Amino acid sequence: MIEWFTMASWSPYLAGAGIGVLIWTVFVLSDHPLGCSTGFSSTAGMVEAGLSGGKTREMPYYRKFVPCIDWYWVLIIGIIIGAFLSAYLSGMFAVVAVPPFFAAAVGPDAAFRFAVALIGGILVGLGARWAGGCTSGHGISGTLQLALSSWVAAACFFIGGILVAGLLFGFRFP
Amino acid sequence: MSLETIRKNRTAQAALGLLTGIAFGFLLQKGGVTNYDVIIGQLLLTDFTVVKVMLAAVLVGMIGVYAMKSAGIARLHCRSGSIGSTVVGGLIFGAGFALLGYCPGTAAGAVGTGALDALFGVIGIAIGAGIFARLYPILASTILNRGAFPADTVPELLGVRPVVVVAGVAVMIIGVFWVMQVYGL
Repeated sequence: MIEWFTMASWSPYLAGAGIGVLIWTVFVLSDHPLGCSTGFSSTAGMVEAGLSGGKTREMPYYRKFVPCIDWYWVLIIGIIIGAFLSAYLSGMFAVVAVPPFFAAAVGPDAAFRFAVALIGGILVGLGARWAGGCTSGHGISGTLQLALSSWVAAACFFIGGILVAGLLFGFRFP
Repeated sequence: MSLETIRKNRTAQAALGLLTGIAFGFLLQKGGVTNYDVIIGQLLLTDFTVVKVMLAAVLVGMIGVYAMKSAGIARLHCRSGSIGSTVVGGLIFGAGFALLGYCPGTAAGAVGTGALDALFGVIGIAIGAGIFARLYPILASTILNRGAFPADTVPELLGVRPVVVVAGVAVMIIGVFWVMQVYGL
């Protein structure tokens, strides 16, 4: 049993099935989907409220999605802990600045990779809230409920991603 | 203790959120999708790990959630969509996905595995979410409601019973798995 936790990786089908079962528990015990971008919205709102005071909480968006330390916020903390445990137990934890593929395709400059990641992250955060969810909230939790918006969103995530990745690194398929 | 008591108890929900996150982060890392090279490989269509993880989660999750809905212990929470929000936002997300090489959940997971670039990504995602909150009043009155979708769910759109679509999607996903096996993807 213990060797399951120390294996470097599981079959992606098995890991995915595990995520499916995890989502059952979220629907039953918490009565909402599993989504990741809401926690980031809360972080932004709490940071802004800390910097500029009470007016932030009166912004229309933050009245809809109240920034607070709730299920969605601690979920993100949990993901960091869970991925750390999984990587550490299998001896895969490693501090890496530039991922191997990016280093080979673009170069090993860490500052440049961090800048690209920051800009990409801004677009991911903006787009996720704009579309009403991310790869988890729409891509998994929404599509499995057969939500029309989620199937369209998931298609757009991959259409946009495949196009831009191809423009950046060259189209490689087939 | 009834389900409603657990669902409304803030402390219980915070504890469940943390436990769910730990399990989710663990599964994402074990599935290989907290790795930048794996995600970029999916967007370049050279590595299909991301699609396998997502479709396996959808297959298992869909059957379970619809079964639990029939049993009366789960409810659906589908969001309505539109061209102006779902398509435009989805394409912006996709462009960022290719630059960052992680999505919000896998970026958090990658931070846990020691990826420093993911840390900048996580900061960027929070900034991007904050920018959306700022822009929301303007966007809501101009673009977000443009081209509202005619239905909230695929069964409503097709005018068939949900169980038919569940069966159809299950067959489709298993078909995709079979094609990937045949072509060695």
